[in-house]
Amino acid sequence: MKIPEKWKGIEEDGALALAGRIARRELSVREAVEDALARISERDGRVRAFLCVDRDGALRRAEELQERIDRGEDAGLLAGVPLAVKDNICTAGMRTGCASRILEGFVPPYDATAVEKLRSAGAVILGKTNMDEFGMGSTTEYSAYGKTKNPLNEEHVPGGSSGGSAAAVAANMCAFALGSDTGGSVRQPASHCGVVGVKPSYGRVSRFGLVAYASSLEQIGVLARNVSDAAAVLELISGRDARDAGSLNEKAGYTGALSGNARGLRIGLLEDCFTEGLSDAVGCRIREAAEAFRAAGAQVESCVLPGSEHMLAVYYTIAMAEASSNLGRYDGVKYGYRSPEYADLKELVERSRSEGFGPEVKRRILLGTYVLSAGCYEEYYHKALVLRQRIREAYDEAFSSYDLLLGPVSPTTAPKLGEAIRDPQTARLADLYTVGANLAGIPAISVPCGFDGKGLPVGLQLQAPYLREDLLFRAAHAHEMIRGNEAWEKKDEA
Amino acid sequence: MKLETVIGLEVHVELSTQSKLFCGCSTAFGAPVNAHVCPVCLGMPGTLPVLNRKVPEYAMAVALALHCTIPPLTRFDRKNYFYPDNPQNYQISQLFLPIGTNGWLDTGAGKRVRIHELHMEEDAGKLVHAEDGSGSLVDHNRAGVPLIEIVTEPDMRSAEEVLDFLTELRSRILYLGVSDCRLQEGSMRADVNLSLREKGSDALGTRTEMKNLASFTAIRRAISAEAQRQEALLSAGEAVEQETRRFDEDSGKTLLMRGKETIRDYRYFPEPDLPPLRIDEEWIGSIRSRQPEFRGEKKERFRTQYAIGDKEIGILTEDPHLAELFEETAALSADAGKASNWLLGETLRLMKEEGIEAKDLRFSAGNLAELIRMTKQGEVSSTAAKEIFARMFENNADPHACMEELGLRQQSDADVIRGICEKVLAENPDAVADYRAGKDRALGFLVGQGMKASGGRADPGLLRECMKELL
Repeated sequence: MKIPEKWKGIEEDGALALAGRIARRELSVREAVEDALARISERDGRVRAFLCVDRDGALRRAEELQERIDRGEDAGLLAGVPLAVKDNICTAGMRTGCASRILEGFVPPYDATAVEKLRSAGAVILGKTNMDEFGMGSTTEYSAYGKTKNPLNEEHVPGGSSGGSAAAVAANMCAFALGSDTGGSVRQPASHCGVVGVKPSYGRVSRFGLVAYASSLEQIGVLARNVSDAAAVLELISGRDARDAGSLNEKAGYTGALSGNARGLRIGLLEDCFTEGLSDAVGCRIREAAEAFRAAGAQVESCVLPGSEHMLAVYYTIAMAEASSNLGRYDGVKYGYRSPEYADLKELVERSRSEGFGPEVKRRILLGTYVLSAGCYEEYYHKALVLRQRIREAYDEAFSSYDLLLGPVSPTTAPKLGEAIRDPQTARLADLYTVGANLAGIPAISVPCGFDGKGLPVGLQLQAPYLREDLLFRAAHAHEMIRGNEAWEKKDEA
Repeated sequence: MKLETVIGLEVHVELSTQSKLFCGCSTAFGAPVNAHVCPVCLGMPGTLPVLNRKVPEYAMAVALALHCTIPPLTRFDRKNYFYPDNPQNYQISQLFLPIGTNGWLDTGAGKRVRIHELHMEEDAGKLVHAEDGSGSLVDHNRAGVPLIEIVTEPDMRSAEEVLDFLTELRSRILYLGVSDCRLQEGSMRADVNLSLREKGSDALGTRTEMKNLASFTAIRRAISAEAQRQEALLSAGEAVEQETRRFDEDSGKTLLMRGKETIRDYRYFPEPDLPPLRIDEEWIGSIRSRQPEFRGEKKERFRTQYAIGDKEIGILTEDPHLAELFEETAALSADAGKASNWLLGETLRLMKEEGIEAKDLRFSAGNLAELIRMTKQGEVSSTAAKEIFARMFENNADPHACMEELGLRQQSDADVIRGICEKVLAENPDAVADYRAGKDRALGFLVGQGMKASGGRADPGLLRECMKELL
């Protein structure tokens, strides 16, 4: 591998910078892709971010792109930039299994719209990343194919459910990655791995090709090394899609909002997050970030979001109800796993599902079935819909005074491997800061803001009004500018 | 105790849109197995439904024809159940906010049946069972084909009333052109909910549901069989169980399909993949403005406008396409009687022979009107006209061209006819003698011989006159 001396590898660049080098022909696509593949070879045996790596496909694609660049053609905004895709996002000709045994062997003949857009922008898909089965979990330990480790400290989890994607970005195995966020599944692993993770407004990115867990809550999101990359990739995958009736025709222009200037932004600091459940280190880093914003000329005030105590209950009721229906299609009849032994149709379906789904997925299907069943609908599901509307209204109210809401992503830094599995109920409580944005459909981002005593990264969360990704990225980018590359520097010390 | 039968219906009607409810696949009937499928209607992971806007338009047209209220906001819901003909193991249907509610329909006999609701939903695929019992396969061509379900109130009291209702419903839907309503192909299916109660009572008895009755005869027989079964139970002091039954055509009896204990909990909830559909007054207005004149009104108008009998009007208005063809032909030929005769005689006969429907007729009203004129003016004989019509029926052939091509122009030239007559009289001296001896029947024979000699082309009236004159 011949890499120019001045280039240290993927860790030196974000996606946009790398695309720039390739476009200027300082670096070949092959060199960029081979660098990523080399890092996967070096580290992924231990980290296990990837469920599959398509080396040959990626190198073939690199050659094609290089030829186009050599001919002077426009090969796209991200020409030659290697990325990783979460295993629940469809990639034509490449496994898409939601890290579940039930989808064993499933290879879709179609791309998700987001994937299609990235391909046509010249990005190179390296492979599919590990996750909690069907996105149900927050540590990537509920995968049917083994646990992913946090590349910053391999005794810890990377977070989840997009843990594989976050780990792959943090370990420089790719320049950026796609994840999906149903209740925090992009933001929380981004926080735990010290990278940027953004969940867009509901409808911003087409859900076509995102294997459904909880349809009314989830969006495809981006994990990246910096805010500019996250904004650029999100802008690229956004937009109306005829294949998703819920996708929006809104103009997505946020890269222009990255002024580095926080002056005049009205930021509400969510005081009700600072409870006993919040670790001291995370609390301190968030207050420091608030101070930094204030010092940069933003107005920062304490605020509360009424009704946030109901968010988790509302979220799990709706998510599990939708999941119980969405996952009905995995029955062993058409594709994926089929139990080898069955006497009749009923047994075929029952056994395939019993053997194909993991424990957390089964728990959520059962609870979801229960909350929709006759007699429970009114008491649980309907009530959750009513409260969801109140939560939306609480956000609207807050955003009448503030441009952005600032708070933590997760109450703690990444837990040790095994902790969450021992106590799934407590593990689910860790989603309390992130589910609100999904319930309200608003955009939110996780940005690195320092470390705890053990050198594990802390992320801050910014939430913005519906369709105001421009505010979100402006503030996140300003924070990144203010804090410099502190996050990455400290990581090197650790 | 005098018992009364109480019947409500759930009628499924397959809409004749070109493509399916939530994807672009064709809805055509009779394609090879799994030819009309795509990742969306197969419910593959990651795919999403996208509403075909034609479907709510067709559904609203029927809702308006049934005097339903159309809400400003309608929404789809999921009905969850496991069955392999249902690729997602849920059906996208409507429960909470159906597209039509609170309507009514008067039958031809003047009975008003209230409509509880009308909703849209997707059809399921079809299981194909191997004859040797080795397994079952699924054909998904029908999966995702749009249906409307019309739910009536329990307002009918007899099989007659049910059939009257279905006849009127079918006629309205055919007039709207939104379904072909073919029971035998399953594009119209009725579930019958039936209970008995003491005559004069307001309370409803326990009902049973009979599913998927596929012909009017089956519906009539099923109602009679089920009413008898329930009556026998009740008069023996036993209770009717709320259950789902099916009608067995061979035995003429209804059989248990699913008992009360297996009543499914469908766990309906709002479909999160489809945004609610807003329906404004303008949209409703544009659909209302396209409502056709339905059969009852058309019959009334025909009675005052055309000098044809009630029986003829009845048949002509059964199918809106036939009625339209009639009106055009009547206008162009200025002879409603002849237009009606051609359509109800030769046309229906040939349609039946070929097994086609009025909408598939190929000849134009203009050509039929021209043929009527040619017959009236003696250019062709009525026998020849039938021959020409058969050609028109095939391929809308021009009647003039046909006449020339087949050599069917009627012979009305006095000299030519005189020549034929002279020849026939000369060749049949016996018949001539008979006639002169007072046997009038001989004239008929001679005219017949004359027609034969002319190759059927001679004007029979002229021929007879000339023959008499010469005799």
